[in-house]
Amino acid sequence: MEVVYTATQEPPIVFMKGIVKRFPGVIANDHVDFEVKAGEIHALLGENGAGKTTLMYILYGIYQADEGQIYIKGEPVEIKSPRDAIRHGIGMVHQHFKLVYRHTVAENVALGFARSFINPIEEVRRKILEFSERYGLKVNPDARIWELSAGEQQRVEIIKALYGGAEVLILDEPTSVLTPSETRELFKTLKEMKAENKAIIFITHKLDEVFEVSDRVTVLRKGKVVSTLKTSETNKRELARLMVGREVLFRLERKPVETGEVLLKVENLTVLNDRGLPAVKGVSFTIRAGEILGIAGVAGNGQRELVEAITGLRKVESGRIICMGKDVTNCSPRVIAMLGMAHIPEERIRLGIAPGMSVAENLILKSYHAKPFSGMLMLNWGVIRETAEKLVKEYDIMTPSINTPAKLLSGGNIQRLILARELSGGARVIVAAHPTYGLDVGATEYIRKLLLKQRERGCGILLVSEDLEEVLNLSDRIAVMFEGEFMGIVKPEEASIEEIGLMMAGTMRLDAERHTKRGDL
Amino acid sequence: MRIRLEKREYESKLLSVGVSFLMLFLALLAVAIIFWAYGVNPAVAYGKIFRGAFGSLYGFSETIVKAIPLLLCGIGLTLAFKALIWNIGAEGQLLIGAVAATGIALNLAAPSYVILPLMFAAGFVAGAAWSLLPAILKAKLNVNEVITTLMLNYIALKLVEYLVYGPWRGPEEWGFPYTSKFPPEARLPRIPGTRIHYPTLIIGVIAVVATYILLNKTKIGYEIRVVGENIDAARYAGINYLKTVLLVMVVSGGLAGIAGVGEVAGIQHRLRMGISPGYGYTAIIVAWLGGLNPWVTLASSILLGGLLVGGDIIQTSLGLPVAAIDIFNGIILIFIIAGEILKRYKIRIVR
Amino acid sequence: MLQSIIASILKAAIRAGTPLLYGTLGEVYAERSGILNLGVEGMMILGAVTGFAVTRITGNPWLGIAAAAVVGGLSSLIHAVLSITLMANQVVSGLALTMFGLGLSGLIGKPYIGVKIPSISDVKIPLLCEIPIIGPAFFNQDPLVYISYILVPVLWFVLFKTSLGIKIRSVGESPETADALGVNVSLIRYGCTFFGGVMAGIAGAYLSVVYTPAWIERMTAGRGWIVIALTIFAMWDPLRSAIGSYLFGGVDALQYHLQPYGISPSLLGMLPFILTIVVLVFGAEETIRKKMGAPAALGVPYKRGEK
Repeated sequence: MEVVYTATQEPPIVFMKGIVKRFPGVIANDHVDFEVKAGEIHALLGENGAGKTTLMYILYGIYQADEGQIYIKGEPVEIKSPRDAIRHGIGMVHQHFKLVYRHTVAENVALGFARSFINPIEEVRRKILEFSERYGLKVNPDARIWELSAGEQQRVEIIKALYGGAEVLILDEPTSVLTPSETRELFKTLKEMKAENKAIIFITHKLDEVFEVSDRVTVLRKGKVVSTLKTSETNKRELARLMVGREVLFRLERKPVETGEVLLKVENLTVLNDRGLPAVKGVSFTIRAGEILGIAGVAGNGQRELVEAITGLRKVESGRIICMGKDVTNCSPRVIAMLGMAHIPEERIRLGIAPGMSVAENLILKSYHAKPFSGMLMLNWGVIRETAEKLVKEYDIMTPSINTPAKLLSGGNIQRLILARELSGGARVIVAAHPTYGLDVGATEYIRKLLLKQRERGCGILLVSEDLEEVLNLSDRIAVMFEGEFMGIVKPEEASIEEIGLMMAGTMRLDAERHTKRGDL
Repeated sequence: MRIRLEKREYESKLLSVGVSFLMLFLALLAVAIIFWAYGVNPAVAYGKIFRGAFGSLYGFSETIVKAIPLLLCGIGLTLAFKALIWNIGAEGQLLIGAVAATGIALNLAAPSYVILPLMFAAGFVAGAAWSLLPAILKAKLNVNEVITTLMLNYIALKLVEYLVYGPWRGPEEWGFPYTSKFPPEARLPRIPGTRIHYPTLIIGVIAVVATYILLNKTKIGYEIRVVGENIDAARYAGINYLKTVLLVMVVSGGLAGIAGVGEVAGIQHRLRMGISPGYGYTAIIVAWLGGLNPWVTLASSILLGGLLVGGDIIQTSLGLPVAAIDIFNGIILIFIIAGEILKRYKIRIVR
Repeated sequence: MLQSIIASILKAAIRAGTPLLYGTLGEVYAERSGILNLGVEGMMILGAVTGFAVTRITGNPWLGIAAAAVVGGLSSLIHAVLSITLMANQVVSGLALTMFGLGLSGLIGKPYIGVKIPSISDVKIPLLCEIPIIGPAFFNQDPLVYISYILVPVLWFVLFKTSLGIKIRSVGESPETADALGVNVSLIRYGCTFFGGVMAGIAGAYLSVVYTPAWIERMTAGRGWIVIALTIFAMWDPLRSAIGSYLFGGVDALQYHLQPYGISPSLLGMLPFILTIVVLVFGAEETIRKKMGAPAALGVPYKRGEK
């Protein structure tokens, strides 16, 4: 572990020593040492799941560490709740804002910090304008939160933190919701605060930002600190390598397969997210029979919206989706499923099963309405039960019986259920979103082998995963997604880890020459 | 020492039934305490209720009489609640069904085998139509169906009031707010010696069977259950939410309408104020106590029918007011829903 | 002549609207904190019977009203425990409480049917009651009406212009946000539900001790449901509650004056309920919902850490 400290006289304002945090099945923070000085902007860099947010939640009192100690200004402290953290001068701007949308800016600030009982808005409004001036955080105290842009809402969160008297400000992926110009505004603000000797911790996965605004950067990978460096003494390639890792990846048996006809073709797809902003910007690609196209990238760069659009769960603004030769843009999920597309959803419990219903009933969730599972009106329970028994055996679903409620199954078995349902219907296009997320090694192995088997049988598979290792192992081609666009489509053998890391971080974009030989995207 | 709630990993059916029984027992205990505080010997009161409702043949027949509308409304509500649609409007749908049946009974001259089926059909359609507005508002605009169905209850009540005080007031009724008596062809046959209007009862039992089959053996029933389980998964599965909402509302409204037909054509033989002592509301308890299972609902409708009969009896013999029965209903419901938390959470005492 | 007719209609509208106003003001606070209280009818009737009984026993109508307030508050605690601590379905809980309240009040009230009690008489406010039309309508009422005149702006002020009001409204909109800032969500919800119960109790007592005055079984006659409708009609605002209550009260009063013209009072009686449905539909439009709609977390139980 390389740790570089700048030599200074005073102790860091925040020092987290030996932090360990465990969740069922995973060590989120593994003996992490982390410190920030007053008057510095310190970036916390890493992929999703690296442990950055967990570490900061511990600092802010939302989680409590299993082991380790926090020191503020050299003194050991206990932070049991956000109120404690605020008392110690720590403020946090969350990735998902905690605001009352219907209320005004002033009312939101007053909720936590108003001093007078009668007409608290007056004093709050004054102070907000004060902060506005001092830090360039332009926001109208009487505007309602839902009227504000994401950038302005974020400013409210920052003002809340400052109002509480924060000397240490934690920002969790702050630019993920900002436009480029709002990002510039934010960085200006951060620099003002730095000039006032505040300490700023900046969680990000974007390399460019690290170099634009930070003094030092700590890289986390799989819960451990990989390195803490002075930003001026490193470069993007090095950080990309540290972030993504250089270990030899265990490769599964991926046999070479002749690719066949085009099964899925996506042309210039534009999809909006829940806030009405473009999440997918003009994405195009094809998938042929017998190949796996993996989409790599940090979550939140449009992958979810892309999957939802392709499977009929989200409206397509422009562009086309052609599945098995038919235009299915904006068709209903049922039509698309009937054409032969399987969808293994990202949120398997929220979307993929009816938790209180039995295993058998869940196995027919997509197919109940057609033969042989039902006739005109009635369900054909004999066939349903038979099929269920068969699938449980075939896919090794561990369940006391086919009548057990699905919610009693373990995560891995729920996923096997979903796979059994989706893959047994003869689907030729498979959209798999984070299929091994949160599963143990055994289930993970099984699912990866299964996907490869489908590939050999001539299916075309779209694999979305945050696990870069998985994407590299399973995919024939990899598309790296960043902010709604494909930064490049490469073969895993042809691209280096560094290049992929750079693309994931938005720094590198491949031109057409580097794309696969056959010229299709 | 503190009490902490821990979410249970799974809820077994045995636990569910056990908790329900426990809560019912506690509720009866609570009512016994109220009786005792009022100066009434609870044992005597319960004894009278039980004997009155279940002890004699006539008493039991009266229990069935009360159970019929409870069953019809309760089964309909079972269907609606399964899809998480809170239809509180069974009372109004019942009244509208009664109005429709009265309209036909008093204005159409036809033999029994024509007019009675027509009245039932009209009652179903009227009740269904009465629930259509809240259904559409819920499915299309997500308007809270609790309030809309409730409002329609009062509107229906006022409609009946208007009709019996106004245009439908029977000329021979000496100014009382009653319609004329139905002609004999428009009266439902009863089991001799009782007031049980068996055609309605038969429809009720058929409804139980049909609901059981619908929910467990048909495609539509499957869709209803998925919608109630997980609306996101329903969408993912391609289920049409609008269609499902409309269906359960229309059916539950229609069944309540039939209950109304039964009351005017089977019991009252006319339309007047007060044909329902809150059947539509008590049916909510019937459905809830029945755990949304059609067969158990059949049983709970008889139980609550018995309680209503018992309530009538202790009103006359012990001088307790009519309202006393509402205490039962209220307390039973309070204990049942208080108990529900036991089904979902374990109670842990932490030191 | 016309003037005095209008004045008397207005006066009757205000009198009829006052129990609705008390109930609505209380329910507004409860719902603003996120608790849907469908038990208002039950709490009102319990308040009515308590107010009457205590007045009869003590001979003092003000004690009766005070007792009714206490009883209303206590009965609301049942709903509060079920809805907040036990996280039960608030719809069913409220309905259960209504049934229970109707039943219990019938039981308690039996000996008081047909009994007479000392009531509270009207008080003329000097000078103000001389104003043409408005004077005799607004300023020749009983003291409880005057108290409600004061409560409306006070409750409006507390809700919108104090830090307590911000906390209440935030808890009803986004309990997670309030919780993250250290606000005690449960306490606020218990408090507002209790307040709602107290007001419902007073509303009921007004009916039995001042308005009629008499005790009749189920005398609230669905007013509790109207209160719930009015809360929506008032867009959860105390000022609009007054407008709504007097409007609905006016429909009540108008009935008797329109009867000679042949319009059936039953048909008129439908108006409040039809009006409510119309308002609900209206309120469902997206933009309106963002600005003036129901508190976002209304009716949804809150537990920290659960989604």
